[in-house]
Amino acid sequence: MKLRKVTAAAATALVLSLTATACGGDGDSDSADTGSGSGGGDKITIGVKIDQPGIGQKTADGTYEGFDIDVATYVAKELGYTEDQIEWKEAKSADRETMLDRGDVDFIAASYSITDERDQKVDFAGPYLLAHQDLLIRADDNITKGEDLNGKKLCSVTGSTSAQNVKDDIAPQAQLQEYGGYSECLTGLENKVVDALTTDDSILAGYAAQEQFKGKFKLAGLKLSNENYGIGVKEGSDLKAKINTALEKMVEDGSWEESVKANFGPANYKNEPAPKIGQIVE
Amino acid sequence: MFDFLEGYDLLGAFWVTVQLTVYSAIGSLIWGTLLAAMRVSPVPLMRGFGTAYVNVVRNIPLTVIIIFTSLGLYQTLSITLGAKDVTDINFRLAVLGLIAYTAAFVCEAVRSGINTVPVGQAEAARAIGLSFSQVLGLIVLPQAFRSVVGPLANVLIALTKNTTVAAAIGVAEAAYLMKEMIENEAELLLISAVFAFGFVCLTLPTGLILGWVSKKVAVKR
Amino acid sequence: MTSILYDAPGPRAKRRNVLLTVVFLAAFAAVLLWVYRTLDERNQLDWDKWSPFFTDSRSWTTYILPGLENTLIAASLAMVIALPLGAFFGISRLSDHSWVRLPSSIVVEFFRAIPVLILMLFANELYTQFEGISSDNRPLYAVVTGLVLYNAAVLAEIVRAGILSLPKGQGEAAMAIGMRKGQIMRSVLLPQSVTAMLPAIVSQLVVIVKDTALGGALLTFSELLASVRPMSSFYGANTIASFTVVALIFVALNFALTTFASWLEKRLRRSKKSTGAVLGADDVDDINAAEVGGTFGTGAGGTI
Repeated sequence: MKLRKVTAAAATALVLSLTATACGGDGDSDSADTGSGSGGGDKITIGVKIDQPGIGQKTADGTYEGFDIDVATYVAKELGYTEDQIEWKEAKSADRETMLDRGDVDFIAASYSITDERDQKVDFAGPYLLAHQDLLIRADDNITKGEDLNGKKLCSVTGSTSAQNVKDDIAPQAQLQEYGGYSECLTGLENKVVDALTTDDSILAGYAAQEQFKGKFKLAGLKLSNENYGIGVKEGSDLKAKINTALEKMVEDGSWEESVKANFGPANYKNEPAPKIGQIVE
Repeated sequence: MFDFLEGYDLLGAFWVTVQLTVYSAIGSLIWGTLLAAMRVSPVPLMRGFGTAYVNVVRNIPLTVIIIFTSLGLYQTLSITLGAKDVTDINFRLAVLGLIAYTAAFVCEAVRSGINTVPVGQAEAARAIGLSFSQVLGLIVLPQAFRSVVGPLANVLIALTKNTTVAAAIGVAEAAYLMKEMIENEAELLLISAVFAFGFVCLTLPTGLILGWVSKKVAVKR
Repeated sequence: MTSILYDAPGPRAKRRNVLLTVVFLAAFAAVLLWVYRTLDERNQLDWDKWSPFFTDSRSWTTYILPGLENTLIAASLAMVIALPLGAFFGISRLSDHSWVRLPSSIVVEFFRAIPVLILMLFANELYTQFEGISSDNRPLYAVVTGLVLYNAAVLAEIVRAGILSLPKGQGEAAMAIGMRKGQIMRSVLLPQSVTAMLPAIVSQLVVIVKDTALGGALLTFSELLASVRPMSSFYGANTIASFTVVALIFVALNFALTTFASWLEKRLRRSKKSTGAVLGADDVDDINAAEVGGTFGTGAGGTI
């Protein structure tokens, strides 16, 4: 009896201590990592996308690249932060308003379209890019207008505004496949099970510009909607004016054009001219 | 306070959840029982297959399984399960994924139920010359099921909640609507509260009713 | 290997078994071949889709390993907190005092009924109210909290069922020799039920590991499954390859966990001479010598 009890107790203790040490070791290294990140006062935290090539993408080196990243870096520089002082943070679409509201990030540049609903909750600097909802199709396919989509298989991200647009207005008869991310859609498009991938043309251009997809896909060039990308800041923040000045300067000194060409150029994406600050195209 | 609910088909979304649950429950009960039968069967290979299946499937996150049914089966292997429309295809694929996953748990529950049947039962059945399938089908399983209603109820409750994962491939059930509402309304907490309440409404009665049933049918020994 | 469910196979049964094996293998091979051919046709087996995982160590160091680390941290923290908490609630539900029994029953039933994801969302929102928690750590805390609340409730049910599955005589005998209630639980009931509960507890621990993946879905917790998204978009939408690799890691991780547990279980069983858990190891071997792993009598088998 006694022996049995001891063994069982020891076994329980063993399980507990094993898990405890496992977590203890990891926990330490984790706190060291993040501690240095958020501890310093002179850091700026920027919310970006980490899975949209051409817009905001975490590369294999652990760095970030894309148009939004360039814009954010430029703005941060104008605000007085070097590249080393920037802390990038993933901003999921559904989470953007709350992140700003809580003060988790100083500003967000994450293919963030200015809409009335969002404008009520946060403030927007910019816009800094005018994008349109568009389609990505296989290079040998042809779709010239939105109605062509009726009866076709279309792919987008679950719950996104582009998906809702298609369902409600553009092509109610289209069959809509929704996934958690655009990469899954591309697999379907590649395998010819899906006919088109729809979202903002800037995001699509980023994907099409990837080396693996050169010559495989093209943009249909339909302007199905207007998406004014802005930089989101907390409601009432004094950053808005400073960011606007920085954005103006970026367009003036040509870095804007340069970045657009570098990130979207390879996909034969015809960008709109740089939008004027405060000028929202409905 | 709840005016953000306007314009959303909340009941419709939960109806899809219920449908997913019911179809997957029936399917996984059948497939899970078959797996359990394989795991105690005389054919070594089938035993091996059953064991391997349970050990692999149980250890993969459900999200991955569901995404595989869509990306792998549909997008790559072009398996549509006889449906034409994308919505139907996704629904059926989600049911298939849920069955594949839940069956592993049903199998384990049924197998533990088989263990509760006294050895004498099976021995007596063999003594009167019943074959393996007769021993299992006529004697052991009927008794086993009566003792595993409780565990199976737990599996069913978990399954109900697991249907939320079907949103990953765009099945318009409750969690999908929740995502859409969060995207549009930015009322994160209230929206989640509404959906939490919805799920409590679905799962609590299931647990209570089946708990009562399990007491009712339990084999008194 | 004999079983009480069927007789030892004679020559005819053996022939039939061989035939069944061959048919099964042939069918399996045919399916595999077809899958392979189709994948190949659809270019899913192209080397550039898979090479990142073999030739580019950065895919591991930048995406997978940090994700795995987060998954392990969250899972182990949740396990360490949920196990004692679950035991506490499980035992409280067996208390003689209704003021202890009722509240813990309500807590357990409530948290069992709500999807973990929603619990995580709530926790995340709750933690924004506290200044002391930096926004970097918040998702981790929220994920752990959600996992702990749900799994402690399920573990409580397992513990309760495990204790209830013991023969009544155990508790009565202990009472007869004058042990107090706490003593009975600590020295007699709990140690015995541990072996009976172990398989169920382990399958719940596996659930914890897998459910960390929910943290990446709505919260920005960069765990293993969430690492697939930036990874597959960087390497040219190699989604099938990425998901396969991550699924394999999950299987390996959980397999290690279950193997360790069944080793532990065997050790516990061996050290027992007679009764121990209601289910003697012998009974199990009789039914099916294949291996143990069911959740006999715990009433909580097949927890998901």
